[in-house]
Amino acid sequence: MDRKPGVYLCEGCGIAEAVSVDDLEQVASGELKVPACKRHAAFCSEEGVALIAKDIESGEVNQPIIVACSPRVMTDRFTFPDAQVIRANLREQVIWTQPPGEEDTQALAADNLRMAVAQAKNSDPPVPHGEGGASRKLLVVGGGVSGLTAAREAARMGVEVILVEKGSALGGWARKWSRTIPHRPPYRDPQPNGIGDLIAAVEADPAVTVMTGALVTRTAGGPGDFTVTLSQGGKETSERVGAIVVATGWRGYDIARHEYLGYGTSPDIVTDIEFEELLANGGIKRKSDGAVPSNLAFIIPGDSERMPYSSGVSDRVAIKQALQVIEAVPDAMVYVIYEDLRAHGTAEEFYRQGQEAGIIFQKGRVKSVAADLTVTLDDDLLGQEVPLSGLDMVVLSTGMVPNSTNVDLSPAEEGADQLADDIDPAAPVKVARGNGEDEAEAAETSGNGAAENGAAEEGGEPALPGGPILNLQYRQGPHLPILAHGFADSHFICFPYETRRSGIYTCGPVRRAMTIADSQQDAQGAVLKAIQAMRAADASTALHPRVGDLSFPEFGLDICTKCRRCTVECPFGAIDEQDDGYPVLNATRCRRCGTCMGACPVRTISFKNYSAQMVADMIKAVEVPDEFEEKPRILVFACENDAYPALDMAGINRHRISPYIRIVPVRCLGSVTMLWISTALECGYDGVMLMGCKTGDDYQCHFVKGSGIAQERMAKVGETLKSLALEEERVQVEEVSIADSGRVAELLNSFAGKIDEIGLNPFKGF
Amino acid sequence: MSEGRPRSQTIAVIGAGIAGVTAAVEVAETGYDVVLLEKGPSLGGRVTRLNRYFPKLCHPTCGLEINYRRIKENPRLKVITMAEVQGVSGSRGNYSLTVKTRPRYVNANCTACGACSEVAETEVTDPFNYGLSRVKAAYLPHEHAFPMRFVVAPEVIGTPEAEKIKAACKYGAVDLDEVEETFELSAGAVIWATGWRPYDAAKIEVYGYKDCPDIINNVELERLANHDGPTGGRILRPSDGEPAKKVAFIQCAGSRDINHLPYCSMICCLASLKHAAYLREQYADAEVDIYYIDIRAHDKMSAFYDRIRNDPQVNFIKSKPGHIVAGEDGRPLVCGERTIEREIYRNPYDLVVLATGMVPSLGANFTAPADLEKDEYGFVLPSVADDGGQFSAGVASGPIDVALSTQSATAAALKAIQAVRAG
Repeated sequence: MDRKPGVYLCEGCGIAEAVSVDDLEQVASGELKVPACKRHAAFCSEEGVALIAKDIESGEVNQPIIVACSPRVMTDRFTFPDAQVIRANLREQVIWTQPPGEEDTQALAADNLRMAVAQAKNSDPPVPHGEGGASRKLLVVGGGVSGLTAAREAARMGVEVILVEKGSALGGWARKWSRTIPHRPPYRDPQPNGIGDLIAAVEADPAVTVMTGALVTRTAGGPGDFTVTLSQGGKETSERVGAIVVATGWRGYDIARHEYLGYGTSPDIVTDIEFEELLANGGIKRKSDGAVPSNLAFIIPGDSERMPYSSGVSDRVAIKQALQVIEAVPDAMVYVIYEDLRAHGTAEEFYRQGQEAGIIFQKGRVKSVAADLTVTLDDDLLGQEVPLSGLDMVVLSTGMVPNSTNVDLSPAEEGADQLADDIDPAAPVKVARGNGEDEAEAAETSGNGAAENGAAEEGGEPALPGGPILNLQYRQGPHLPILAHGFADSHFICFPYETRRSGIYTCGPVRRAMTIADSQQDAQGAVLKAIQAMRAADASTALHPRVGDLSFPEFGLDICTKCRRCTVECPFGAIDEQDDGYPVLNATRCRRCGTCMGACPVRTISFKNYSAQMVADMIKAVEVPDEFEEKPRILVFACENDAYPALDMAGINRHRISPYIRIVPVRCLGSVTMLWISTALECGYDGVMLMGCKTGDDYQCHFVKGSGIAQERMAKVGETLKSLALEEERVQVEEVSIADSGRVAELLNSFAGKIDEIGLNPFKGF
Repeated sequence: MSEGRPRSQTIAVIGAGIAGVTAAVEVAETGYDVVLLEKGPSLGGRVTRLNRYFPKLCHPTCGLEINYRRIKENPRLKVITMAEVQGVSGSRGNYSLTVKTRPRYVNANCTACGACSEVAETEVTDPFNYGLSRVKAAYLPHEHAFPMRFVVAPEVIGTPEAEKIKAACKYGAVDLDEVEETFELSAGAVIWATGWRPYDAAKIEVYGYKDCPDIINNVELERLANHDGPTGGRILRPSDGEPAKKVAFIQCAGSRDINHLPYCSMICCLASLKHAAYLREQYADAEVDIYYIDIRAHDKMSAFYDRIRNDPQVNFIKSKPGHIVAGEDGRPLVCGERTIEREIYRNPYDLVVLATGMVPSLGANFTAPADLEKDEYGFVLPSVADDGGQFSAGVASGPIDVALSTQSATAAALKAIQAVRAG
């Protein structure tokens, strides 16, 4: 399609008072020779919008370049179905940060216009990567409460489900148990867990195919088109599914690790899991002699190592079990010993029920549990050790360790050395440097934070116990990515289902310790996300955070050097390597961040509307004054989700920013290629700043690793600069949050000051 | 179907805080039409007014920015601000919502250029800052407001100043004739995401909230810590603007108390730990005392709790203070007995922060429609019957944190879609 740009210069919101629109028109029509150029007092008005629409309808323009406010506003007005809208930000980032009528203000406005025209010249409307036909079948792994709920909820949405359970029966832990923590008013009494009805409903549902005693032995493809190999009774079958919900649940934390709790020294020291089975089977009896206990202590260790596996679930379980004891053995003395009793939310009422029923809640730190069941407390109240003797049963709260791997399997050969930084975000970011090098680096980092408690110190143990649940045939390895303590959870507070494997959603206790009611709600959420993933795959659009984006990276293999940087650095495992070493994109896994583009040393990866060439041309489009003018130019790459809005808000707050700054929004700092830096310096820019999101343990990058990868890359730019006899300080990376509207102005102004000190780029004018 | 009305496939979401926004976006992205109704002038609810989230200490506007972009790009999602739902009638597939809109006095022509604000002279209480500051009578709700559109305060309507404000707008956006309107909205399913308000600390009379300006609540502290708050992000004593370096947090101010809020509000422990982090980040010599019953670091928050607990300048005092008064020098004095050591204390502070809990906005007077069940506190849950079409998300459904709110909102979106599919 021919590109037909048209420039629409808005005079509204004070633009015409602050800059000369005549001069801008001259730049558009004269200098840049854009055939159509119009101006209006307010393009966002009905009349203004109609003016643009008319040009589009007449076929005169298909790339309206709207030179007005920020692309973050007036999006509803400036959306034209048959056109590619390009926005030049003259309001928030020019007239609201600059004094009116100044030469430098005019120069900034003109450059923003030039950059927008350069963007248009390199931009085509994206075309879908696929032709529909995505599978609408859902694979659910795990047949406990979470998995059963997921299957049932998906079936209610008209989705066909395959439910795979590795055990011989459905129902998970709940099948062996009876009552659960109340989650409905009046929040007072243990209630039936409803597992029987749930199993029956799933088994009776014609949309659900249940496979027990089955495993997923291989998963290839991507959303809309996963090929999964299922193994049942030694027979393997292959299925095509559109999305996957992983609900593999939990296993008990090994409380014997904490010797002071005495587990194993007496048959009458049991875990809450063992006690739950006694309750369900109607027999609260001591294992030692079969007698009904009358003095019981439930111990909730405050051990911070164990707490992430507990989440307060075990605290509520202790209350529940204690209540059930009192119900069955009314004369029993029942203690609950705790440090901080986490009965949060409406569970306070359950706690109150426990108090009213006569449970003795004792705050204290357990020092030891002896084989004769004497519990010794570091009693906070008396300031001395207090033995609690005469107990005939002790119940230890354990904790829920996530089944983010299948512990029944031996560690996968591939899994053992898979890129640790990809399964564990706390691991340092690794950047491929060329053939082979990344492998060595990966081996050094495996085990970081990914190990279960203690496993890392013991040495020799794999980063993850057991084998992979899905055995993903991904360049990044077979495992689900995990967070600290093995939880296969999202790192994002706002987006709880965003794991790093597109179309694969976890729910229930594999994500974090949670109750039955919580798991059921979680399964509902995961199912909705899975359905969206299948829809998006069918429509060729991206998933979170670029929902709806049709663009995707294309690879020009003719000049690809098979360096594998793109396959290694993709935060989502979207790019695999073919047998011949060339990269191959799994488009439905791709989140469109452009990290691959930033990685590619030969610039052969590009999007239709976002490419190395496009941004390079935008950089070149800026008029850099010669050295005699003594006016520096500073280029800023700003993450479009956080830094760019912060820059807009600096304008909204009317903060003054150096007029020498030129801002290019980028999808993610991960997409910034070294080429852009060198282009800028060659063009005579005096400094370059990259503004991206926070990295590290509490990273805020929406593309997980993009910002960190950019920092790694730029750490090496110093050497290049030195070899050119340029100062290292000319290129800076800053972590900026969206709330930094005040700070971005300070950062830029102080960077401009620093450039002033260093002096102008000596290459200016060459 | 009842009364022969056509069945609606549209889902109405009431309240556009983090839960409502999430629910609406998730519905729209699954291919269903949704109307998001917000009582205030812009979206984001309570979380927009938070400085950061625990435990990552990241900024709420970051996730909202993504969600707003999703809203802007999705034609299935319609936002109506200044809109309050007065009642819901009907049944699944056939609800009718009575919606009342308050005048904003600024119509969709607004470009947010700010010319109206420049001519406004009167200052009114800034609702965004919980009244801790004042704002011009023509104002943008805050820097991250979505929709980015001004508001004219009702206080100046009918005055010559209003005419001046109107005259300043080149785009015909100021409409002083706007009036309250009521209309009916049809929906096949409804999600209540009406959120919460902070418990009124003045009701805990012994804690002196009304008597001393340096006794504040936890949401006010969020504003003091926020870069776009009344102090530009510096935590200063409201009385004299001096840095607040010795600060007490009073946990369960209202919560876990049958005379106030019988339930635990879940978030206040983590919020105070987060606030301790703000103070320690801001002032190297800050000293923080946290008076508590239990520290309920739910979920994986225990690591965050450990981090704060290991800070020698943050002390945890197990005690529920008896009373808080203004001392002779005007500084607040926290008085009570340490539960463990049995020591009587009378400790002066620069600032006392009451960790007040969350009260469901729907409140005690709300009459829940037939397919919702209300608990005694005013939280609502879908009834156990399978044929309902009304659901709840976020703090409307119980005292939960943001991660759980977004989880519950995603689940509610699924249930609402199932309801309109079933009709």
